Amino acid sequence: MCGIVGLFLKAPRLEPEFGALLANMLETMTDRGPDSAGFAVYGSPQAHAIKLTLRAPVGTDFIAIATSLKDAGLEVREMIPRDTHAVLTVSKNEQSKVVEVLARVAPEVKVVGTGHRMEIYKEVGLPADVARRFSLKEMKGTHGIGHTRMATESAVTTAGAHPFTTGVDQCLVHNGSLSNHCGLRRQLGLKGISFATQNDTEVAAAYISNRLSEGDTLGQALEAGLGDLDGFYTFVVGTESGFGVLRDPIACKPAVMAETDDYVAFGSEYRVLVDLPDIEKAHVWEPKPAHAYFWQRGN
Amino acid sequence: MQSSLAVAPNRAESTLDSERVFDLRTSTVRELNQKLHSLSEDTNEKFWRVENPRGRHAIAVGLDLPISVTINGHVGYYCAGMNKRADVTVQGNAGVGVAENIVSGRVHVRGDVSQSAGATGIGGNLIIDGNASARCGISMKGVNILVKGSVGHMSAFMAQAGTLTVLGDAGEALGDSIYEARLYVRGSVASLGADCMEKEMRDEHKAQLFKELESAGIAGEVDVSSFRRYGSARQLYHFHIDNISSY
Repeated sequence: MCGIVGLFLKAPRLEPEFGALLANMLETMTDRGPDSAGFAVYGSPQAHAIKLTLRAPVGTDFIAIATSLKDAGLEVREMIPRDTHAVLTVSKNEQSKVVEVLARVAPEVKVVGTGHRMEIYKEVGLPADVARRFSLKEMKGTHGIGHTRMATESAVTTAGAHPFTTGVDQCLVHNGSLSNHCGLRRQLGLKGISFATQNDTEVAAAYISNRLSEGDTLGQALEAGLGDLDGFYTFVVGTESGFGVLRDPIACKPAVMAETDDYVAFGSEYRVLVDLPDIEKAHVWEPKPAHAYFWQRGN
Repeated sequence: MQSSLAVAPNRAESTLDSERVFDLRTSTVRELNQKLHSLSEDTNEKFWRVENPRGRHAIAVGLDLPISVTINGHVGYYCAGMNKRADVTVQGNAGVGVAENIVSGRVHVRGDVSQSAGATGIGGNLIIDGNASARCGISMKGVNILVKGSVGHMSAFMAQAGTLTVLGDAGEALGDSIYEARLYVRGSVASLGADCMEKEMRDEHKAQLFKELESAGIAGEVDVSSFRRYGSARQLYHFHIDNISSY
């Protein structure tokens, strides 16, 4: 089943409330996906810096890891631990060195997301608990996506939870299942793209990332996906400045959208949207099958 | 979670003499449905208004009385499912499967509806002022559906009886694997499904269509001769090896 949500703010005044809005949307989708939950939030960037989202076993001392990085002569701009995750902000020039030293001093830590603005969190458990563990309600942001998982075909693990990220500032959530992911994974593998899981959704994320890296706009990448991705899907995609929605031509998987002057919002069901500001005045519609919807922030 | 379990002794407060109000912020959908199911055949509480539906599922399902229920706002899945005799109006959009398996009575949605509207309905009327998404009237068995906007792909899939009237356009594969049922479309049809064909619009069909428009209150506004009729080519009723590529 699964529930997916997305929120893309147009009005900067809502940015301080972003996390609280997304947390509420995510929690509403508990009965579509109580196994695990995850979300990606696009916050503000720092000049010449990159954010690495780290994931590690419960009890990992991220501050000690930050100290080890400093001891190795690296600049650590920020290390913000949140339960099993932490966001490490480092100088962009030192990114590869940081990853190298991390692997040495803290091999149990995985880099699960990279972005100028994107931070990504996912865990096993009820969506409300996951949101609380990562203090989602306190997060500020411009846009983001979320997922509540009801696993049907693979184990309930943190790695199997959504969103999936396969590129800098790029992530994707999915409701559905792909039937040609094995073949696509091989093709993308030949281009040097590596995969962390056997999950079909990761292949869709990698497909979009690959198109974007080859010069497609988000809209072009989504439209190309209609021809190349076979299966059932409603996707919500985030990029550094963009937000996109795509449904397969059969469109079995539900989707509702709302737009006002202040935001664009997505939910698997309308219930997700009911607490958004001025929802009574929003244009509420069901996104069409086989039609790419995307919004871009002006920078 | 949003549903409130607050207990109020008298949830159905009376505003007008005959109107009862049920607020889904302070009561659950189950309480609403149980209340509506518990009404007796000769009840005086014939007019109901439901506030704050907030997209909840299964609102006003399984009604079997000649009462009138108005829901102020967008509803979730299966609203007014299995409706018998009641008159249900949604002042907003409806999610998947509105009026599924409707038996009789009337369901009127002022906004748009999601997929599978009126699925398997065996009688009664479903009127949609906006658009309907995919599979509108799937497996319909006698319901009369009228959509003032357009319908999505695979509408009237495996339709067996009843009418589907569309003032706008129809998406791909209209009437796929249709048995019987009459489909009246005023706008364009993206494509016809397997065993669905355009048919002559004879006087009896114009009369039937006029009746459908009349029951939606738009008989004077919409000209029956602007519609085209589609129905079953009756070639795929029984399996035949020569038709293998059409199934």
